Amino acid sequence: MKVLGMNGDNAVAYAMKQINPDVVAGYPITPQTIAIEKFSEYVADGEVDTEFVATESEHSAMSACIGASAAGGRVMTSTASAGLAFMWEMLYVAASTRLPIVMNVMNRALSAPINIHCDHSDSMGARDSGWIQIYGENVQEGYDNIIQAVKIAETAGLPVMPCFDGFIVSHAVERLQVLDDEKVKNFIGTYKSEHPLLDVTRPVTYGPFDMYDYYMEHKKQEHEAMKSALKIVKNIGKEYEKISDRGYDTLSEHRLNDSELAVIAIGSTAGTAREAVNEMRKKGINAGSLKLRLFRPFPYEDIRNALKNVKVIAVMDRCDSFGAFGGPLFSELRSALYKTSNVEIVNYIYGLGGRDVTSEHIKKVISDLNDILATGKVKEYVQYLGVR
Amino acid sequence: MKGWKEIPDGGLILEPGNSMEYKTGSWRSKKPVWDKEKCINCLICWICCPDGSIVVENEKIKGINYDYCKGCGICANECPKKAINMEVEK
Repeated sequence: MKVLGMNGDNAVAYAMKQINPDVVAGYPITPQTIAIEKFSEYVADGEVDTEFVATESEHSAMSACIGASAAGGRVMTSTASAGLAFMWEMLYVAASTRLPIVMNVMNRALSAPINIHCDHSDSMGARDSGWIQIYGENVQEGYDNIIQAVKIAETAGLPVMPCFDGFIVSHAVERLQVLDDEKVKNFIGTYKSEHPLLDVTRPVTYGPFDMYDYYMEHKKQEHEAMKSALKIVKNIGKEYEKISDRGYDTLSEHRLNDSELAVIAIGSTAGTAREAVNEMRKKGINAGSLKLRLFRPFPYEDIRNALKNVKVIAVMDRCDSFGAFGGPLFSELRSALYKTSNVEIVNYIYGLGGRDVTSEHIKKVISDLNDILATGKVKEYVQYLGVR
Repeated sequence: MKGWKEIPDGGLILEPGNSMEYKTGSWRSKKPVWDKEKCINCLICWICCPDGSIVVENEKIKGINYDYCKGCGICANECPKKAINMEVEK
């Protein structure tokens, strides 16, 4: 095991180099650019055997990935923001054709107004497309998630989108423990497609017309595959611990055992929340926090279990779902906890377009929760945090 | 019909050429009727038919395959001798 200093994008490229996929099709978009650029250098230097396809758009990049995956290859790409939005149509095709493509997303806001910085609007918008979604907090998790994602995708028969915060993680140099190449190779094994298009001795049709007589059966298959993926993610997270000493589950708790107040966050803000919790504990406020790693499939039972003793919860959403009752994480978490306890759950929309969220902001959230606990009254269920 | 556990994942079709089993002739509201006496075997109908439903043997028309003919009427429209007539399906 080696320790390197690397930013998130380079860590993705490094993991991709170790994975050595058959095909990578990509198109650059900030803040993902460095990852694909760096990977193309590995290709040019002959460090991987990958067929690299530089496409003219993200729609084409995902289309090329779909074709290559159907052909029987192990396929990867990466994107962000408007690039992901431009892939929309093909995201659904990849998932419903059950192709195990892995695509890292460096989370970034959507236009307009034009903004290149972090929020979760891009991947949260794709939450119903049938892709497994895993969110990493830092560079290390970004690296670890992408290696696990290959195995998860090929076991579940579904594409996987490991995500992390654009710029905050993608462009921040952090300490990264990388595995030996051989360990990664053994962990992911070799991919053998069940029905490769290139096997001319066993002809197969991909993507045919599907009428009302069978379309629903295919959706039911996808529904069940996504349900089964929960256990697969958990098992592979445990398996990964054996080669890295870093285990992964669907979520991780921080001081939740004895806390009445909880802050739930996805991505880099989960680290800020832990810091804020520690500071508030020093002041005698009984708070804890929860980091959600897996968003699709949504691990509602694990969430119920982790929050069973909590009385007031703040859900942090780094994107809005305009017109909905709160952000996507809030809606789903609230739905998961319905009728399980008398808990109060409030929502904070924060950090849009890269707006900084500091431990001071989260401390304010925790003190709001403390007021709700004391008075039993909620002034506003959904509010913007750090807005003027 | 088969349930979700009995069909290949992802809408894949594993047997080649199985569109033969899909008899699209049931879509037809009008059927082409071929008059052998008027026909000069120019084969324009055979070239134009989008479903390959004009049956030809040794460069001569033998008839129409009603299993797959959707009744579009292109053959009747293109025939220079009016040897194909569209009749309402009963």
